[in-house]
Amino acid sequence: MSSQPILQQKNNRLVLWMFLIVIGMFGFGFALVPLYNVFCQVAGVNQVTSDAVKTDSALVFQPDLSRQVSFEMITSINGNAPFLFEAEKAKIKIHPGEYHTVIFRAKNLTDQPRVIRAVYSVDPGYIGEYLKKTECFCFTEQWFGPGEEKDMPVRFVVDPRLPDNIHDMTLSYTLFDVTAKMKKSEN
Amino acid sequence: MATVADTHDTHHEHGPAKGWLRWVTTTNHKDIGTLYLTFAFVMFIVGGAMALIIRAELFEPGLQFVDPHFFNQMTTLHALIMVFGAVMPAFAGFANWMIPMMIGAPDMALPRLNNWSFWLLPFAAALLVATLFMEGGAAASGWTLYPPLVLQTGDALPFTIFTVHILGMSSILAAINIIVTIFNMRAPGMTMMRMPMFCWTWLVTAFLLILVMPVFAGAVTMLLTDKFFDTSFFNPAGGGDPVLYQHLFWFFGHPEVYIIILPAFGIISAVIPTFSRKKLFGHNSMVYATCVIAFLSFIVWAHHQFTVGMPVPAELYFMYATMLIAVPTGVKVFNWLATMWKGSMTFETPMLNALGFLVLFVLGGFTGIMMSQAPADFQYHDSYFIVAHFHYVLVGGAVFGIFAGLFYWLPKWTGVMYDEKLGKLHFWLSFISMNVLFMPQHFVGLAGMPRRIPDYAVQFTEFNALSSVGAFIFGVTQLLLGYIVWKAIRGEGEKVDGEVWEGAKDHGLEWNLASPPPYHHSFEGIEIKERD
Repeated sequence: MSSQPILQQKNNRLVLWMFLIVIGMFGFGFALVPLYNVFCQVAGVNQVTSDAVKTDSALVFQPDLSRQVSFEMITSINGNAPFLFEAEKAKIKIHPGEYHTVIFRAKNLTDQPRVIRAVYSVDPGYIGEYLKKTECFCFTEQWFGPGEEKDMPVRFVVDPRLPDNIHDMTLSYTLFDVTAKMKKSEN
Repeated sequence: MATVADTHDTHHEHGPAKGWLRWVTTTNHKDIGTLYLTFAFVMFIVGGAMALIIRAELFEPGLQFVDPHFFNQMTTLHALIMVFGAVMPAFAGFANWMIPMMIGAPDMALPRLNNWSFWLLPFAAALLVATLFMEGGAAASGWTLYPPLVLQTGDALPFTIFTVHILGMSSILAAINIIVTIFNMRAPGMTMMRMPMFCWTWLVTAFLLILVMPVFAGAVTMLLTDKFFDTSFFNPAGGGDPVLYQHLFWFFGHPEVYIIILPAFGIISAVIPTFSRKKLFGHNSMVYATCVIAFLSFIVWAHHQFTVGMPVPAELYFMYATMLIAVPTGVKVFNWLATMWKGSMTFETPMLNALGFLVLFVLGGFTGIMMSQAPADFQYHDSYFIVAHFHYVLVGGAVFGIFAGLFYWLPKWTGVMYDEKLGKLHFWLSFISMNVLFMPQHFVGLAGMPRRIPDYAVQFTEFNALSSVGAFIFGVTQLLLGYIVWKAIRGEGEKVDGEVWEGAKDHGLEWNLASPPPYHHSFEGIEIKERD
């Protein structure tokens, strides 16, 4: 049984390696979070949600008047947030390259001040890069007094290089009530 | 070839400890294997009872027995219990019993860790079942635990997540033990390529476990912090993305599918050659195919998410990569067929179950190929078609693999032949009722019946009723399985010799030991033959 200590040593070493793999993979799971965002940016997927508003004044296009695209606006409220939230118009026709402003209207239905955040997305997803917004209320907290109603404009232009097979696009906003979250972070 | 009894006295052998504490403190691989298998059977019945609640509710349209929220808890717990409580522990039981005897080792490499990895399970399972009685009920989001739905779970959420952590820990410890045993404990002459397929498939499974269980643990931890510590991993209001959870989950979830099926492949690769009285056809190609399947399992996960809004190139990639899995799996199926080719086959219960596995697994594999087509998957997604598909591979594949292995090695473990008549009856009842149960679900799924709902449109009534009848027959048949095994454990049956099955000695070292094998076996004097 002289080989017993050697075996013991071999086993311990292998067990150590296996535990290192396990710990490494646990870390890898968390590393996938930033990797996921990087991958989305590289692949151009899901990009709209990470794009900041472009206030670049160089964003001037020659409007393509020969082409018309229908542009729909959808709103939804996450969970039971006590808000009214709607777009001024459900659908407009636009020429690529032309600037447009659309109004989204939200109303606080409670008698307490509330904070919201609206997250937007476009469909089809891959046209996100052609939709340039110069004014937007996305991703910044919006403060609402008791019962307050606000108009929130979105100013945008669609790049005329928009692929020919696109005839309809949809802009969707989801309203999240983040009052509780804001209170917690203040404390 | 010396018998084990000759060398027995030289080893200061002792039998098991007396009393019930033996089972708590045991570090013996055979005891722990028995514990795992017993636990798996209990969970199989518990999870099966939940399935029968589901099928009773679905017997006819409308709500009869349970409210929809409870129904959703049943679908969630049924899946979690069957996957983590029944199938995985059953295979761990086989691994504990058989791997040391197959590679010529005296026991597992890490016996105390072994004890611990088993005893984590009953506590995890009890905690999981206990969530049913908590405020707000158990998790009702489906076993995938997708946010934001799962975050609406009541008090049970942290307990459910903790359960997943414990179950994961248990599987990781068992996996580490198996890897160390296989790498360090093989008898001289037992080279890696001479190892039986069951050891190989378990080795690969163990690596899959240690690679993906931690990722799943991480993902559910993120759920926990999202809910209680104000992080926003999956919360769009804070810049997170719920789809990220799906990617993390399926990065674990797809390899998990192979964790469940690979050990069954190993069992089938042991049973078919024995009852065909031939060597396994293409042993080495089986090893490579197993490794290729394991590798592919890491790069196909998003085929579970075709409808989530991926760009077309990603859909194409995941579609082609998924179809690729059919190649190594096909290698295995053809190898099994070639093993039977011109063999002198007999059809004892293990062989019947192995053949049942082949038929059902291939059927489930075909529907899998159908769903790998991204454009077609939009119709199948979240319908009863997918339910039929994964039950064909899980019940028809994994569970019939477990049946085959159980009947194959049961005489070795108990020393007596189980009741062959009842065994065959169990197989035929299981096989027929399994098809009555799941075959109609393909059709209602294609016709548009969604999964995870307690009520459905009236045109699906007949097929659902048929399916429920099959479910109850299948369920009751499993009590017969318990009875057959109980009888064998009691020693009722014809005594068997070490070899048990005609010519089995050519198919594995374990058949060189007495039946039942001594509590501490030894392979001294048994030579390991070269594989042709």
